Amino acid sequence: MTEFSTTPEILVLKNSRPSWLMPHRIILALIFLLLVGVAAVYLRWDWIPQYRDQLLAGIGRTVALLVTTSAVGLIFAIALGLAQVTGPRSLGLLARGFCGIIRGTPLLLQLWLLYYGVGSLLAQYPEIRSSTLWPLLRQAWPYGFLALTMSFAAYEGEVMRGAFAGVPRGELEAAKAYGMGRWKVFRRIWLPRAFHRALPTLAGDFVAQMKSTPLVATITVVDVYGVISKVRQATYLTYEPLFLLAVVYAVLTGIIVAGFKFLEGRVPVKT
Amino acid sequence: MFQTLVGSVDLSVLALEPPGWGLALLKGLRNSIIIAMGAYTSGLLIGMFGACGKLYGGRVVSDLLECYTTLVRAIPELVLILLLYYAGTDGLNRILASFGRPPMDINGLAAGIAVLGIVLGAYLTEIIRGAIKAVPIGEIEAGRAFGMGPLQLFLRIIFPAMLPHALPGLGNYWLSATRDTALLAVVGFTELTLSTRAAAAGTRHYMTFYLVAGLIYLLVSIISSVGIKLLEVRYRRGMARPV
Repeated sequence: MTEFSTTPEILVLKNSRPSWLMPHRIILALIFLLLVGVAAVYLRWDWIPQYRDQLLAGIGRTVALLVTTSAVGLIFAIALGLAQVTGPRSLGLLARGFCGIIRGTPLLLQLWLLYYGVGSLLAQYPEIRSSTLWPLLRQAWPYGFLALTMSFAAYEGEVMRGAFAGVPRGELEAAKAYGMGRWKVFRRIWLPRAFHRALPTLAGDFVAQMKSTPLVATITVVDVYGVISKVRQATYLTYEPLFLLAVVYAVLTGIIVAGFKFLEGRVPVKT
Repeated sequence: MFQTLVGSVDLSVLALEPPGWGLALLKGLRNSIIIAMGAYTSGLLIGMFGACGKLYGGRVVSDLLECYTTLVRAIPELVLILLLYYAGTDGLNRILASFGRPPMDINGLAAGIAVLGIVLGAYLTEIIRGAIKAVPIGEIEAGRAFGMGPLQLFLRIIFPAMLPHALPGLGNYWLSATRDTALLAVVGFTELTLSTRAAAAGTRHYMTFYLVAGLIYLLVSIISSVGIKLLEVRYRRGMARPV
């Protein structure tokens, strides 16, 4: 805050070298490499081979949970958004109420409410206990799946509401003028245009959804966070497993961000 | 089904006197609010300095801050809380040991505030940076032309001018700060969610306690939303309505 001078962007332009070749960045990168080297040499990593398969399975479970909950959540989000924009008043209010309640309470609490609260209620019914669904309801992951799906649906429902409302009326009217039916207008014009508008926000919220997945470990679902917790208890190591976990999540974030950038690049823009 | 759902809600367990768990919940709520406020205040400070550092600091400062915001926003809060919680307490005790002092037991409240503050700081840095960039450059140049120093310029021109742009984002992160306090339950700090869990396990009235806790969180968020609306109205006065 000492000096209000030219912004960094202009400095980069003045400098013809690629930005990562600037001397201070090379030094920062070297310091970073040094830190990684020190961590590799002085910290204990001998537990990794032993837990490799579990770790990979955990990562797989995290990714599966992320992809399925956000896919199903997005479908509900489109319904929630539509209900608020064009649905009848009562349905719109209901959708708004749902979004408000989910967004106003912590996900951890919702998760525990479903798992401990609803789970214990269900167990009281002999009809449910003897039903074919019971082996499924006895496990933890359906509750985690439900909580994560509802959470994504509520947050994206709000985003989709704004996106649907933001599509210019003229485009919808033009489609109608071409004789498209309501469903066709929705499928060909309204949904894709709204989706394009929502894409940058979706990218951020997809990362947020990934960062919520470790909460399911608190209800005994063994995702990558759960595996790491197990490693920490078994090996009495404080930092090493957590560092590895942070790297895993950072890499996943990088992949998601790159993926959405690719998707955004495919949105046709008038040039 | 519905009857048992209602029947399972028994409000007598919420009494404030010892057999009831009402007081425990209220204590949890108080802790949650203290943590949310403390973390948000420290997050705001970090965000303010972070944004100024990113915009006006040197190349090294802005690159380092970029690393901070990118890393914190890429890693789950839960993992960061564990890392900072253990690394923070461990690091502090090692420093104490090197001065020949006995290790101290770190206050859970302070650790929670510090950890959530560092996490929030990364998000608020980005919000405030965006808001400062939305301030017309002419206003800043005019201030400088009147001979204002950096601090005066920030307090009198940049801060009030960026506030309307920052408020929606700042409001959202206040709401998420109140929700994120629940994450401290995982490291064993008795805020509202963990005291709810203890009460539910102690009485086996799971539904009652989780629903009541949900209502309390909802009330906090509704009251906050009203407050944020009022603030926005106040600080947007004199500005064109957003289209």
